[in-house]
Amino acid sequence: MKLSPYLYISPFFILFGLVGLFPLIYTGYLSLHDWERLYYQRGEFIGLENYRFVLTDPVFLKSLVNTFSIFLMSSVPQVIVAVAVAALLDNHLHGRTFWRMSVLLPFVVAPTAAVLIFGSLFADKYGVVNAILDGVGLEPIRWHVERWWSHFAIAGMVNWRWTGYNALIFLAAMQAVPRDLYESAALDGAGRIRQFFSVTLPMIRPTMIFVIVTSTIGGLQIFTEPRLFDDTPQREGGPNHQYMTSTLYIYVKGIEDQFYGRASAAAWVLFLIIIGIALLNFGITRLLTRRHA
Amino acid sequence: MRTTTTGPGRRPPRHRGRLALGAVAALVLGLTAACGGDSDPTESAEQQELAEGEALTITTFGEFGYDELIAQWNEEHPELRVEQTKVSLWDDWKNELNTLLQANEGLPDIVAIEGDFMPALVAAPERWVDLSSEEVEGRWLEFKSEAATTSDGQLLGYATDAGPEAICYRADLFEEAGLPTDRDEVAALMTTWEDYFALGEEFVSKSDAKWYDASGSVAQAMLNQVEHPFEQADNTVDVENDELRAVYDTVTGYSESLSPGVAQWSDDWTAGFQNDGFATIPCPGWMRSNIRDNTGDPAPKGVVWDVADVFPGGGGNWGGSYLAVPKASAHQEQAKEFAAWITAPEQQIQIFEQYGNFPSQVEALEDPTLLESVDPYFNDAPVGQIFSNRASAITVQPYHGPLYSDILGKFQEAITRVDQGEDPDKSWETFVTEVEALQ
Repeated sequence: MKLSPYLYISPFFILFGLVGLFPLIYTGYLSLHDWERLYYQRGEFIGLENYRFVLTDPVFLKSLVNTFSIFLMSSVPQVIVAVAVAALLDNHLHGRTFWRMSVLLPFVVAPTAAVLIFGSLFADKYGVVNAILDGVGLEPIRWHVERWWSHFAIAGMVNWRWTGYNALIFLAAMQAVPRDLYESAALDGAGRIRQFFSVTLPMIRPTMIFVIVTSTIGGLQIFTEPRLFDDTPQREGGPNHQYMTSTLYIYVKGIEDQFYGRASAAAWVLFLIIIGIALLNFGITRLLTRRHA
Repeated sequence: MRTTTTGPGRRPPRHRGRLALGAVAALVLGLTAACGGDSDPTESAEQQELAEGEALTITTFGEFGYDELIAQWNEEHPELRVEQTKVSLWDDWKNELNTLLQANEGLPDIVAIEGDFMPALVAAPERWVDLSSEEVEGRWLEFKSEAATTSDGQLLGYATDAGPEAICYRADLFEEAGLPTDRDEVAALMTTWEDYFALGEEFVSKSDAKWYDASGSVAQAMLNQVEHPFEQADNTVDVENDELRAVYDTVTGYSESLSPGVAQWSDDWTAGFQNDGFATIPCPGWMRSNIRDNTGDPAPKGVVWDVADVFPGGGGNWGGSYLAVPKASAHQEQAKEFAAWITAPEQQIQIFEQYGNFPSQVEALEDPTLLESVDPYFNDAPVGQIFSNRASAITVQPYHGPLYSDILGKFQEAITRVDQGEDPDKSWETFVTEVEALQ
């Protein structure tokens, strides 16, 4: 038994232990304790009290609904549009590199800068989008007030940032599809659209699953966009928490309200939910790949 | 690839797995122990001289007006240079400060504290340096120094400015709506809140603009005249009192007619300064620089700001901050020396002239430079005299307990909810539940 292969991979595991596993366990430990706000100290052991608080807190439940709503509004259209963009980029275009780099551009922009731009687009009173709506005779939308519209605006920021990135991953998968498959499909009389659905899509299925899983995990942890979209000084996902996501709830409970125990409990609940969904994804993946094989 | 890594022959023997598990457990335990052994945050850090190239650090929020003064200090004290970090909003700095205090790591030598947060320091003074000294005794207005003093006489913060409130108004919008524009006439029309709101209703019937900048700002102005807004003298939280509810009902009652329905400090609020969004704003001294920055200097054509020497319902103080030194600082004496210098009357007068932040130092209030000061941006209003008058009109100092700042945030949210169309009673219920969750 050689030691060296284990040594080579050990940096990852040591690092993971330090910045991943330890905080995870310590968070679990804190979640079972009271927190002395004024002294910034851990208080007494109180069992599952923090979990009871979080699970019965209407604000937390609201944040869960918001999280899933924003997740659905972002991840679903994102994956569909990314596949479409990738299929378009997979053609013989002049200046290929230029087009491919262009779709990645939003990803390079810092999220904070992106939110600043979107903030002025979606401002309630003096925003650009409302000015356009007003121009074509529609009612302006109160983007920061109406719950679902605010989710729409936030999902828009997320999509703007991630669609190009996912498109490039799909593009890489599409280019690995053997060209002779298309040729024989064409010989069989399949048009471009038929080729896309019968050749391209089945061939990139593993990549599809990868992108869906990663965007699920990312989509359930959206934080920067709702935090900065809110321009009231408290920044708690709107005064009525209408677009507070669960990660934002954790931040508000821990950093703003100074209840580390409750924040830790909420973090663990969210962690378990994400694991649950990841397992679900895993199950679906296995089912699909088995059928595929 | 696949065949070489997962072939059965290469699978490590079972006991290795157990060994790895043991290693991880040891690692975790070790880390827990390491974190448990943190230094005691209530003990002073080991004091050191400033190293070559090192500077005292200070973090302020909003506009303290320190840029020029710090440059001057650094020129005069090359061995004790000061570096300022500016955070734009108090709420953001408060969160960061809380995080730093929790970690007891990375705190600057001097921290700026919003007046409303001072009670939290006084309630848990163990982490802060006692700054009392003969030099600064009697320097400040009594209510300012009292708010930073613990029951056993430690002074935890040096007061910077105070926030005596006047009413700033747009004379041009007043004129368009047929209201008087002269600042004395305007002042006579709004000595009580009833008069102020009534005048507002008259104004909005003749103008496209709203009467005030935000419901939240009027609510806060009214709160500053309530003796026990959120907490009783023994720090028990009591938000279901009649006076608070009266403020809430009044402000939310005018939400649709007089308020533009935006949260104070939001983008839409800022934009309202340039879009003739409103005509009046409760105006503590420090608000003048916000008005100037948001409206634009020089003012857009036709825009005329003015200050009326009046505040509805008597006087009121809004804000005013402190400088405190955490025990985590390794340069406490130097930090104290600098804080004492920059909060001295002479320096605060200079800040008042440049930025408008009104001094809280007794000597500065009688200074002729201050009393004779006029502000050309505000139609040459005699701002020195006006804000001095406003300071002496203050009769009520609201009681602020350790949770004041946190509850205020929730209260502002409650008002913003109503501005956005929520039923006032429902929003109040949410407020009460959220306050309960803070305890």
